[in-house]
Amino acid sequence: MLNTLWFILIAVLYIGFFVLEGFDFGVGTLLPFLSRDKDPQKVDRKRRLLINTIGPHWDGNEVWLLTAGGATFAAFPEWYATMFSGFYLALFLLLLMLIVRGVAFEFRSKDYNPRWRALWDWCIFLGSAISPVLIGVAFANILRGVPINAQGQYVGGFFNLLNPYALLAGVTTLMVFVFYGAIFISLKTAGEMVEKARATAQKLWVVVVMLLFALGIYTLIETDAISRLGINPGIVPLASIAVIVAAGYFVRKNRLGWAFSLTALGIVLALATMFMILYPNVMVSSISPANNLTIENAASTPYTLTVMTIVALIFTPIVLFYQIWSYRVFRKRLTLDSHLEY
Amino acid sequence: MDALVLARLQFAITTIYHFFFVPLTLGLSILVALMQTLHYTTGREVYKQMTKFWGKLFVINFAMGVVTGIVQEFQFGMNWSEFSRFVGDVFGVPLAIEALLAFFLESTFLGIWIFGWDKLSKKMHLAAIWLVAIGANISALWILIANSFMQEPVGYVIRNGRAEMDNFLALILNPNIFVQFPHVILSGFVTATFFIMGISAYHLLRKSNTEVFKRSFQMGAIIGIIAVVMLIFNGHSQAQHVAESQPMKLASSEALWETEDPASFSLFTIGSLDQTQEIFSIRIPAVLSFMAFNNWTGEVKGLNQLQAEFQSQFGPGDYVPNLVITYWSFRGMVGLGFVMLGLAVYALFISLAEMFEKPPRAIKLFLWAIPLPYLANSFGWLLTEVGRYPWLVYGLMKLEQGLSTVVAGWQVLITLLGFTLIYGALMVADIYLLTKYARQAPPPLEPGVEGQPEPTAGESLPSLVGAQN
Repeated sequence: MLNTLWFILIAVLYIGFFVLEGFDFGVGTLLPFLSRDKDPQKVDRKRRLLINTIGPHWDGNEVWLLTAGGATFAAFPEWYATMFSGFYLALFLLLLMLIVRGVAFEFRSKDYNPRWRALWDWCIFLGSAISPVLIGVAFANILRGVPINAQGQYVGGFFNLLNPYALLAGVTTLMVFVFYGAIFISLKTAGEMVEKARATAQKLWVVVVMLLFALGIYTLIETDAISRLGINPGIVPLASIAVIVAAGYFVRKNRLGWAFSLTALGIVLALATMFMILYPNVMVSSISPANNLTIENAASTPYTLTVMTIVALIFTPIVLFYQIWSYRVFRKRLTLDSHLEY
Repeated sequence: MDALVLARLQFAITTIYHFFFVPLTLGLSILVALMQTLHYTTGREVYKQMTKFWGKLFVINFAMGVVTGIVQEFQFGMNWSEFSRFVGDVFGVPLAIEALLAFFLESTFLGIWIFGWDKLSKKMHLAAIWLVAIGANISALWILIANSFMQEPVGYVIRNGRAEMDNFLALILNPNIFVQFPHVILSGFVTATFFIMGISAYHLLRKSNTEVFKRSFQMGAIIGIIAVVMLIFNGHSQAQHVAESQPMKLASSEALWETEDPASFSLFTIGSLDQTQEIFSIRIPAVLSFMAFNNWTGEVKGLNQLQAEFQSQFGPGDYVPNLVITYWSFRGMVGLGFVMLGLAVYALFISLAEMFEKPPRAIKLFLWAIPLPYLANSFGWLLTEVGRYPWLVYGLMKLEQGLSTVVAGWQVLITLLGFTLIYGALMVADIYLLTKYARQAPPPLEPGVEGQPEPTAGESLPSLVGAQN
């Protein structure tokens, strides 16, 4: 019971991370593309505008990932230990990307040298584009199964992770985030940027939907999603794709609030699908189902889970409250004439 | 390559590097919040200038602390996965709570504070910086609860081949936390006040904006002296705690080979390379006994006796930490502490005597003193962590038992090189920015600007000529 609850809570933390940091990865990836201009000064100004759409929020969004990591450590130490030591180099790469990206947001505007700014803008772009690919790859492998031996240890290498299925999941994650980020930009800005971002989302939509379909079908083939469904996801995966399709319709109709909400919902449903198929496992072994890490054999004691439940029930609503409030504070659209430098 | 050596080196590098930024964040967050509170209550523009000036430096520093903190959260699982399996049931709890209670708070409200100057009411904006300061300091509390478990495991039972938590209250009320947490918080204040005094001294000498930097220096001096004095007393009680909880750490920080009663304090000791005996030593009689027990007599056990005791208790093995590191880092930390005490007294004297219009040349000392707390902080962690050798979790798990079994030496080498290179590059960028912004004094205010007192007769105003708004 408690184990299931913690499986759900960790799923919620990852979903929170995807829904929130998803668009800010998207914005970071779009940075070089949506800032194109003949006038280098305007390029710089546009980049600052794009960064400011997520400026107050990206750090708080990223904490969802940190908290998911911490919660995994506390609730399922075996999962934490196997995944983090097993996905060693991939995780190292992710850490490097998150480090340079985070520093870049704070540092890029603090010097006028164009080479300084170009350097940090590259860091934002690469960090924002590579991180979702790595995260998508990691989740796909958790679901597809990786070589885990009877001692619960990952015995594969770095390149085991780079199978076509995982790479497809990585690219799909990135493209969904870019689509999502483009819609976010068109919601958060005013002036020419709105239309530019909307048009980008419109173009990306076809690709995103195709990738999602491909990933869905590939999941049926590549994972034994059908044979050992923990929870039958039912129509959730289809709903996820349908919702993203509908989001594209609203992008066309210029109803961007709807498009944004539906994309967020689509992401929630897609991840929910993944976690439903995964349950009650937390990591699937490709060597033998007997070696799977599950919510039982990877878990902490009931005592620890109870303590953590109490803490989570008290503080998660508080966090949600002030994070939502922070979005309200900065709900006004930004223009190139706004006060952007702080 | 030996994965154990590399993994230890990596932990040392990433942790000391992370802790280069953390103490300044801890102390400066509260000081900036105080400055903004002064602006809020008095309405005076000079406090706003102070808030903005120090706030900018705070934000540059904060970013580095945050991103290097992500590595801290994940590297237990990466390099030390067997440790994670063994203690996750206990150790993971404070880590998860830290993220939930502190990381969300500090990062969300820092974003609000940076971008919210003209979007929030003054009151809410002030609340935001206080929440950042509270979040940062709560974060220190929870990570230190985790570290305290490694120093002095409590609130657990060994079951199913691992440590399982059986008393959450005991875990968070670990006796070690009561000496360690104040030590870290006070170090944060010392780091921040020396940072403020150093940069202020630079500007006072150049007369760039005497009003702002005079007040900053005064604030630094008053809070600095309080923090240094408290830190020395707290350090003393921490040593007493260590004498009880980790006698080997005490003996190794003193290079005390043979048990003594009363025990002498070493001023300078050279030992043999195999760490088994003393070659040369200058010692003050009985002082170590006083440090450990507040009493001029009292037995302090020596390394040789402890080694023998540990062997009979835990089996054969080497239980003596690297003495060069523990002995000299202890001396470095304490020695710097007293140097800083002297400087803090001098700073207080300058402040009370109001020597700001014609600052003494020696005020430049404070600029050079900025690195001192950083060095002392690093020495402190070196002593704390290396002095726990050979234990990851004191008395429960040795270093080599905690290492990831599936990560090869070459992989650890790659990440070690990767982190070191990127951290090195970021350090250059960070120091460049801090120096750049530390030099840019805010323009002096015109007399008569809202809430600003008129200059009194006889006060010279050369710095106001050519003032710009």
